[in-house]
Amino acid sequence: MTTTPARLVRAEPGPPYEISFDGLPVPARPGQSIAAALWAAGILSWRTTRYGGSPRGAFCGIGTCFDCLATVNGRPNRRACLVPARPGDVITTQKGTGHDDLAV
Amino acid sequence: MTTSPSEPGTPPGAARGVTPCDLAVVGAGPAGLAAAVTAAGLGLRVTLLDAAEHPGGQYYRHPAPGLRAARPQALHHHWQTFARLERRLGAHSATGRLRYLPGHHVWSVLPEQPTETGESSQAPVAAPAQAPVWRLHTATVEGAGAGRVPEDGDQDAGGHGDERPVTVRARTVLLATGAHEHQLPFPGWTLPGVVGAGGAQAMLKSGLVLPGRRTVVAGSGPLLLAVATALSSAGATVPAVVEAAAYPAYARRPAALLRNPGKLAEGAAHGATLLRHGVRVLTRHAVTAAHGTGRIEEVTVERLDRDWRPVPGSARRIPCDALATGHGLVPQLELATGLGCATRHAADGTPALALDDEQRTSVAGVWAAGETGGIGGAEPALAEGELAARSVACALRGIPLPPRAAVLRGRRDRLRAFADTMAAVHRPGEGWTAWLDDDTQVCRCEEVTAGAIRQAAGELGAHDTRTVKLLTRAGMGWCQGRMCGPAVARLAGGAPAPDRRPLSCPVPLGHLAGLPGDGPPAPAQPPDRSGPPAPEDR
Repeated sequence: MTTTPARLVRAEPGPPYEISFDGLPVPARPGQSIAAALWAAGILSWRTTRYGGSPRGAFCGIGTCFDCLATVNGRPNRRACLVPARPGDVITTQKGTGHDDLAV
Repeated sequence: MTTSPSEPGTPPGAARGVTPCDLAVVGAGPAGLAAAVTAAGLGLRVTLLDAAEHPGGQYYRHPAPGLRAARPQALHHHWQTFARLERRLGAHSATGRLRYLPGHHVWSVLPEQPTETGESSQAPVAAPAQAPVWRLHTATVEGAGAGRVPEDGDQDAGGHGDERPVTVRARTVLLATGAHEHQLPFPGWTLPGVVGAGGAQAMLKSGLVLPGRRTVVAGSGPLLLAVATALSSAGATVPAVVEAAAYPAYARRPAALLRNPGKLAEGAAHGATLLRHGVRVLTRHAVTAAHGTGRIEEVTVERLDRDWRPVPGSARRIPCDALATGHGLVPQLELATGLGCATRHAADGTPALALDDEQRTSVAGVWAAGETGGIGGAEPALAEGELAARSVACALRGIPLPPRAAVLRGRRDRLRAFADTMAAVHRPGEGWTAWLDDDTQVCRCEEVTAGAIRQAAGELGAHDTRTVKLLTRAGMGWCQGRMCGPAVARLAGGAPAPDRRPLSCPVPLGHLAGLPGDGPPAPAQPPDRSGPPAPEDR
């Protein structure tokens, strides 16, 4: 049997619930952050930079680097590594500042 | 935590009349936990504030309760120590002697201004004749509130994020704010799949996830071995640990090694695990580039000379789907420097707090423990936390330190000697800047390249991070230079300066604007930069 982090610590979380990322369903385990749920689904980037439009995702994992900013339920600039995933959360790739609507 | 006298619902200004607690501890990692439970055990009324939802800090970070991990100790050394501390935390919380406030990020600590008497503001370093009462301003994080960057006019109505301002008053303060990872840039380090070594470990410990199945671990410092051990134990393949320093350098400092046999045993245990998983450890090598389109696909590894300059012709590529990278840790000092606490340069070149024999900072009434005084790991942090708590208790009561303090000092000195050895061995060599081409992004937030920084430091004459920032915007983005600061300083030819950020975390403008404005402006720290608007009691 392949070792996994959950098997290593004998985790028995409750049933996963669903969040969505750019319209696709992603399972999240109770207690996981949004970033952890995305990593578990093999998704490593959920933001593009303001100038270069380059993809970014979680880097520091502890809320210091702000590279993991995502738009959660329509609100941009949430640090995905800190925000717990809740059932039904709608995550979308954040473009730049997440405030294109305010651009002049 | 609903007993906080300063929480919403309390009329503005009411907090001033509330009796301050004896000690406010900032940070619930090893140092802060040890300090808080020791102080409570000595009879002090303690408030323990922590940004995270669960105690433990980064070292004892563990799966969220919802993940129901039966064996969290599988990802930890010394789990029993944490379990004991957590039990004492619970016991003291139950008696009401200790108030534990998780999800409270302290963004500023200020001495209470004597506004009633009409006195003007005083610099925090010049302690008033009478011991000041400290005010700790926090942004609370209720439920899922963590992690959002506040926006203008944000009232945060419902849903995710329910941040409220909470102020805690205290007679003394102990800063145990820990550290974050030290990063050195290289081409490709912004690719998805390149993550902090500590970041990979943090995500593994709390969320039970891996960034990839085949993860190279690279950088410098003992954390790399711990990360590689954790990743491979959790099912990842680690093709190589790439360490820029040379381990034999430890042997040049035999005294510190011989006095800390436990550290040797720990290193040996990591070595055995890595051997079992077939992990190669390459010393005096570095990942000098990450490659891929859209995400990392392989890395370039090169041999380094004594100064960490790549040896020509030694480059080879290793395929991978993730890279965990880091060059040790940097003390997190915003709150301390905001108060005017004196700093020193640690053996690895990073700024750390200058502390006396009893863990006192240069500011009367403010103590510090753990990584704030220099990177050393959990063991010295535990000793320092307990020592600091005993020092606080004796200071408040005007009595001499008990004999136990000598034991703690001895342990701290021995462990600090080892930490200094470690820091010196892994201190980045000057030649690392040769890894960077001009297109390499150094500041991840503002996307500022090494070329732009070199131009600022060269033809434009900038010699420090502040000037480089003014010329290029490096360090001006979301993370406020936490990721790029040390690298920018070295590219500019200077040494990393202590963090100077008026606020230690993003704070909704409403928290500042909502504070009554009847006091004098808060003292600016440092003098050449403006501090936050005058905060008042809530």
